[in-house]
Amino acid sequence: MERSPPQSPGPGKAGDAPNRRSGHVRGARVLSPPGRRARLSSPGPSRSSEAREELRRHLVGLIERSRVVIFSKSYCPHSTRVKELFSSLGVECNVLELDQVDDGARVQEVLSEITNQKTVPNIFVNKVHVGGCDQTFQAYQSGLLQKLLQEDLAYDYDLIIIGGGSGGLSCAKEAAILGKKVMVLDFVVPSPQGTSWGLGGTCVNVGCIPKKLMHQAALLGQALCDSRKFGWEYNQQVRHNWETMTKAIQNHISSLNWGYRLSLREKAVAYVNSYGEFVEHHKIKATNKKGQETYYTAAQFVIATGERPRYLGIQGDKEYCITSDDLFSLPYCPGKTLVVGASYVALECAGFLAGFGLDVTVMVRSILLRGFDQEMAEKVGSYMEQHGVKFLRKFIPVMVQQLEKGSPGKLKVLAKSTEGTETIEGVYNTVLLAIGRDSCTRKIGLEKIGVKINEKSGKIPVNDVEQTNVPYVYAVGDILEDKPELTPVAIQSGKLLAQRLFGASLEKIYHTLFWPLEWTVAGRENNTCYAKIICNKFDHDRVIGFHILGPNAGEVTQGFAAAMKCGLTKQLLDDTIGIHPTCGEVFTTLEITKSSGLDITQKGCCG
Amino acid sequence: MEDQAGQRDYDLLVVGGGSGGLACAKEAAQLGRKVAVVDYVEPSPQGTRWGLGGTCVNVGCIPKKLMHQAALLGGLIQDAPNYGWEVAQPVPHDWRKMAEAVQNHVKSLNWGHRVQLQDRKVKYFNIKASFVDEHTVCGVAKGGKEILLSADHIIIATGGRPRYPTHIEGALEYGITSDDIFWLKESPGKTLVVGASYVALECAGFLTGIGLDTTIMMRSIPLRGFDQQMSSMVIEHMASHGTRFLRGCAPSRVRRLPDGQLQVTWEDSTTGKEDTGTFDTVLWAIGRVPDTRSLNLEKAGVDTSPDTQKILVDSREATSVPHIYAIGDVVEGRPELTPTAIMAGRLLVQRLFGGSSDLMDYDNVPTTVFTPLEYGCVGLSEEEAVARHGQEHVEVYHAHYKPLEFTVAGRDASQCYVKMVCLREPPQLVLGLHFLGPNAGEVTQGFALGIKCGASYAQVMRTVGIHPTCSEEVVKLRISKRSGLDPTVTGC
Repeated sequence: MERSPPQSPGPGKAGDAPNRRSGHVRGARVLSPPGRRARLSSPGPSRSSEAREELRRHLVGLIERSRVVIFSKSYCPHSTRVKELFSSLGVECNVLELDQVDDGARVQEVLSEITNQKTVPNIFVNKVHVGGCDQTFQAYQSGLLQKLLQEDLAYDYDLIIIGGGSGGLSCAKEAAILGKKVMVLDFVVPSPQGTSWGLGGTCVNVGCIPKKLMHQAALLGQALCDSRKFGWEYNQQVRHNWETMTKAIQNHISSLNWGYRLSLREKAVAYVNSYGEFVEHHKIKATNKKGQETYYTAAQFVIATGERPRYLGIQGDKEYCITSDDLFSLPYCPGKTLVVGASYVALECAGFLAGFGLDVTVMVRSILLRGFDQEMAEKVGSYMEQHGVKFLRKFIPVMVQQLEKGSPGKLKVLAKSTEGTETIEGVYNTVLLAIGRDSCTRKIGLEKIGVKINEKSGKIPVNDVEQTNVPYVYAVGDILEDKPELTPVAIQSGKLLAQRLFGASLEKIYHTLFWPLEWTVAGRENNTCYAKIICNKFDHDRVIGFHILGPNAGEVTQGFAAAMKCGLTKQLLDDTIGIHPTCGEVFTTLEITKSSGLDITQKGCCG
Repeated sequence: MEDQAGQRDYDLLVVGGGSGGLACAKEAAQLGRKVAVVDYVEPSPQGTRWGLGGTCVNVGCIPKKLMHQAALLGGLIQDAPNYGWEVAQPVPHDWRKMAEAVQNHVKSLNWGHRVQLQDRKVKYFNIKASFVDEHTVCGVAKGGKEILLSADHIIIATGGRPRYPTHIEGALEYGITSDDIFWLKESPGKTLVVGASYVALECAGFLTGIGLDTTIMMRSIPLRGFDQQMSSMVIEHMASHGTRFLRGCAPSRVRRLPDGQLQVTWEDSTTGKEDTGTFDTVLWAIGRVPDTRSLNLEKAGVDTSPDTQKILVDSREATSVPHIYAIGDVVEGRPELTPTAIMAGRLLVQRLFGGSSDLMDYDNVPTTVFTPLEYGCVGLSEEEAVARHGQEHVEVYHAHYKPLEFTVAGRDASQCYVKMVCLREPPQLVLGLHFLGPNAGEVTQGFALGIKCGASYAQVMRTVGIHPTCSEEVVKLRISKRSGLDPTVTGC
């Protein structure tokens, strides 16, 4: 499949495909682009063993992906003979000229580790190491070469993706745009309460989308209260109708499900509503709703099965409790609700339920929003508390009993203290579990093909090109053991910890409380909204943390995230002109460091 | 004169108690200097007056955004039933109640500013100032009492006031401006807004939003100086949400009818015909003039532009007289924005008294127009980028998107649009960002920083989106205008 890049004026122009890391040619006509020395490993300081491992994976990947790879040197007459041979056969090759890439010598070393062959040319056909020039010509004469060349037609698909969520679908569409033959397998195993949904995965069906819409519904309740202060006149007690809202949200989701199916069809991606499971290398079994089994093969696979809510494993939990999988399509108002957990899912759900005027209690085992800045997390908690959400801290449920059936029914929850022997009982209409999520990686046959998972978390470790330990299997999304993101964080927090332990402070924290202008007239509380940034003193006050608690936090944070990508410093923040009057502008006038202990309550408007 | 230094009343005298002036005064006091601020609000022709804090606090950003919020809430009330809230429609709006709440908030800010000056030991005089010589200002208090103040350094920060089209019969007598609208006790009723500035569009926007019959009359293009594609979408959105437009029209006369209504006569430049209409209120929003006339600048030798009467300064904000400076709206060629005045003022004072040499960078100043659909922008407009770099060297990425909240509410999102103007040469440096949609100010602020940090298209594309928000559309911009592909965002 040869696709010339859209803006290239003609074939064979130097620099045709600068992003491609090896000369990709028909026959053996064009080699690595002159004047543009490709690198095989990412630049930067080489930590030898890590970099070597990365290079090795890259080479294996290249070999896995290519029908023919020739590791060559441009001046080598044997290499030229081999290139001419493939050219005469009309076979497209990936040619890597080791004398024209920066790290050619290292490539050659790694190659010799893989193949035990130190010389070029070094030829692979359909992942099989053929050898050097002589072996290739022997294989040609014996007919083996032709046989090897035919083998790539054997797979049904270039790529099969298991899981039709955000990650899987974007991957499928992208691969299809690049001309690959792609299949997506998606199958929603119904929740213990029997809820299932359409194509699109967690985000669209039981995550971000319905969550933010219910959040918006709750914000509208607040807006209605505010609006009286802004001169809008109505006196009646406004009630919230759960069914109306849920129906509207589910309609929107159905349209998104439909949109996904359509876009897969438009891009000629095969979509199969079946459960996918590896049975052997390059082969999966797809089981549909009726239990019919079909087998598909592919050159490469992407695992994008995501996660599902975790249950407690106590008496009555699967029978009577619901999770976020069920809440957004619940056909009746949940009524008095106990939310178990302190994840963001738990707090978001508790927040909007309380916003509709429901009696909501959150049961928290230890801390709120583990992994987030704890000062911010506690502020979120106390804001919720002020707005009617009750918190039961340091308790865990031990049993759930049904007192009455109904929509909603009545449940009795028994909980015990995490610190002593104290137990408490409560009666709720609905118990929502939001205690975490588990990766869907244990029942998809990964062990059959040897894909390693973290036994404890079920997450799949990958390298920084999302490749698992099995080179033709990749993984995206929630199931990743987040290695590339966590490493720098771990290094950074380790440094910070050492600094805290041994005295000196590496970080400087600026912070402020603020009062969104819209809240003033509405008479909403002052000194609740809070902004803070964390800077690294020894790196030009580079901003390493950004936190905001207040309205439209997502809209505010996005641009700053882009700026942090570009090496944002405190000085640059100070040099940036605020947009007045917004909440975001507080970040351009942060003056008070936390260590100064100065008052951060806001008084005037314009600084 | 040097020998007199130290014998004058103050180290720094600030003329004008708006955002810029107050920032200067507070900063200098912080640095241990003896500082005075003089501020005086000349009542508007309609007699409106206000307290300390200048345009932004009293007759600008603050009341404007609060009234914009009132209008947004009106939209949310209409959305609410779709989200399950049982509110009987339509819900009427009470101007008095809103205006009183807004005015109370503004008064609390006036008070806050006075307290802040006191806290920092800045001397405040409520007097009208004019120069006597290059180090001395004469102030006249309300009762006519005069006072002389001298200082080593003087900063002029008197800002600007709305322009009246005095050549139009009845304009001054019957028309109001943004100096008055926020302080009206009664609803303005059916309103004609004349002008196409952001002030005009914002006022017409919130008036329409709280249910008033509102018409904008404009002679030529909307939002001159802003990206014109974005500007016309702002207008489209307003028109589709009930604001009437009289384009290519210029008023010639305003008369009061016996029933108290105002009859406005105008000329339609396309037809050449004259037309009339009646309104309860006529609001002029045709521009602003600097407040320099009563300052006697010639006595101090401070030069102004003969065309605009604005004060001429160099990159250090110094006027033609080295120890007299000017910042904010009163200065020629500066953006008329509160945060620029504040920052310029602070930096100036740090240079004067803090040993700093940092200059104000007036490039890439972000701003947001709070029309019903908000328009946030930073950097170059598409036209300006093309003019500077040539069509061939500019790549524009764009998208029509639908805010998630609009879906369930059944709102029309035809004008929700974002575009990023970049250099075409990799890594495609970002020259400008333009965002039309809810919370545009909040979206734009962070990206302004990104541009300040020299963001490239490639870097923005490597930023992970925050889902589901409107601002993530910026980091998902994949379609270039040049490609001719459909920029409508589908899916989630």
